Amino acid sequence: MATAPLLTATSSGDALELRPAGSWTASNATTLERLSNDIVPQLDRAAAIKLDMAGVRELDTLGAWLLEKLSRRATSAGHRADIVGIADNYVGLIDEVRQVNRRTPAPAPARNPVVAKLDDIGRATIDAREDVAAFLQMLGALCIAILGILRRPRSLRLTSLTYQLYRVGWQAIPIVVLITFLIGAIIAQQGIFHFRKFGADSYVVDMVGILVLRELGVLIVAIMVAGRSGSAYTAELGSMKMREEIDALSTMGLDPVEVLMLPRILALICALPILSFIGAMAALYGGGLVAWFYGGMGPAIFLARLHEAVSVTHFEVGIIKAPFMALVIGIVACSEGLRVKGSAESLGKQTTTSVVKSIFLVIVLDGLFAVFFASIGM
Amino acid sequence: MQEAAESFAIRVRDLVVGFRRHVVIDHLALDVRRGEILGLVGASGGGKSVLMRTIIGLIPRQGGEIEVMGSPINHDRATRAAAGRWGILFQQGALFSSLTVRQNIQFPLRENLELSDALMDEIATAKLEMVGLKAEDGDKFPSELSGGMTKRVALARALALDPAIVFLDEPTSGLDPIAAGDFDALIKTLQKTLGLTVFMVTHDLASLNTVCDRVAALADGKIVAIGPMRELLQSEHPWVRAYFHGKRSQMLQPKAS
Repeated sequence: MATAPLLTATSSGDALELRPAGSWTASNATTLERLSNDIVPQLDRAAAIKLDMAGVRELDTLGAWLLEKLSRRATSAGHRADIVGIADNYVGLIDEVRQVNRRTPAPAPARNPVVAKLDDIGRATIDAREDVAAFLQMLGALCIAILGILRRPRSLRLTSLTYQLYRVGWQAIPIVVLITFLIGAIIAQQGIFHFRKFGADSYVVDMVGILVLRELGVLIVAIMVAGRSGSAYTAELGSMKMREEIDALSTMGLDPVEVLMLPRILALICALPILSFIGAMAALYGGGLVAWFYGGMGPAIFLARLHEAVSVTHFEVGIIKAPFMALVIGIVACSEGLRVKGSAESLGKQTTTSVVKSIFLVIVLDGLFAVFFASIGM
Repeated sequence: MQEAAESFAIRVRDLVVGFRRHVVIDHLALDVRRGEILGLVGASGGGKSVLMRTIIGLIPRQGGEIEVMGSPINHDRATRAAAGRWGILFQQGALFSSLTVRQNIQFPLRENLELSDALMDEIATAKLEMVGLKAEDGDKFPSELSGGMTKRVALARALALDPAIVFLDEPTSGLDPIAAGDFDALIKTLQKTLGLTVFMVTHDLASLNTVCDRVAALADGKIVAIGPMRELLQSEHPWVRAYFHGKRSQMLQPKAS
């Protein structure tokens, strides 16, 4: 049915007669564009053109537009353009195409690159200020919700809290154990390998113990929770925002912070210390195994050295940080979720922002705690 | 016989579709003639969208045959190739939210044809103007559009490749009566100019009455009545009677004098 398109041009004097033939449809798009471009120089020389459409077998918007463009080019140069021989079933299409692309919209004025850059920086600064404001606002709303709970303890949503605790705590245990176990093992292996040069193998236990209990255990677990649960919070709340579920909640006289965010953040605050503890134990276990099989240090010696090297203070320093990190992760995740706008792209962007921002803040917080604990001598 | 086969755009024979044990479409047969606007009505959750999605190959079927423009639809490459011959307007528009309106319309062109950027822009603007929007709207993002505009852009995208068939899933749902009327008129005009076959799932009695050449009623997984609107109004099938003679449909009845 489809035949190859043709465009034959015969010039008589100043007049040019164009005879398109075959299928002028989108399936021949490339050929059609070439054909109509090739004819342009001839077209510009002719004083009048006549377009004889009798040979056209099939026509669609693309073909009709290309032919219309030819005739429009001739008329805009002040020449005469006649279209004849249109098959009845294509009259409507040709008429329709004649109406389109009449008015070209004014292009947006080009911006000075320096000004544009300054504009970007300015906007980024304002955004950063808004970030801080959003964080504080969420913290405030959370405090108010907690006060409300203290006044009416029954308004705490226990079902939701338990479910969230199950999701961010219980279900996270396997992956947390696996990763911290590996980290502990790797630190121990590296320590043994390098300390052996100084004959200081046994200090590996001190290093693994202090590092894991004070810093790494909680930090690694917090980063994993930010990636695992923080992103889930943002995506959940974001899609609830997109589907107006959050608006529905507030119109029913319920506070979304109390219903949605408080159980989530409280669950995170409960779960992170527990996960940090489990993680630290798994890391020590991993370190111990490597010390035994790679370093030749038996479990009894490892435990005895560990007993000497670490004190409860080290453990406290680590575990005290956990709830604060959980708070930061929760607040960032929830406030980013509420900033999702209508599109799928915005949901993805906000989820990424949430994870990046909470990991960054967790590390900054860890630094602040390090300074604090150093100054109080812990 | 050859002549008869040529005159149908979609032929569905003995179609069975179900999810687990629940049969939604039960040995259904349906013919859509070339160049007509067919409206499909049915109860909510009664399988209208399932039928449409099965015809375009989104839902696997358990039995039966489907032919679109003379070529069978199966779950293979041929169906994907057939995708060039139809355009689909999803209920919510399903515009790609990360692309502008113009890029959305150009997307099928860009994927299927080799055209210069300038021509692609002109075609996109032409389609935009054909569905009654302005060239300036091309730079907007889908999240900035109103409901009616979203439907129009989705229609422009469905028409980007000048398909022979367009499937419309509740094109006028969520539009006010004026916008819905305009949209109906637009479908009718485009169907005439482009020679389209239109398969339309709708609940809008006004559009059934004004734009559809034939109406098919889907009940209990079968087409229980098909024909021009006035024939359906006289149908004796209980569900069809309830649908067209309910309180909301009183306005369609010829005034008894």
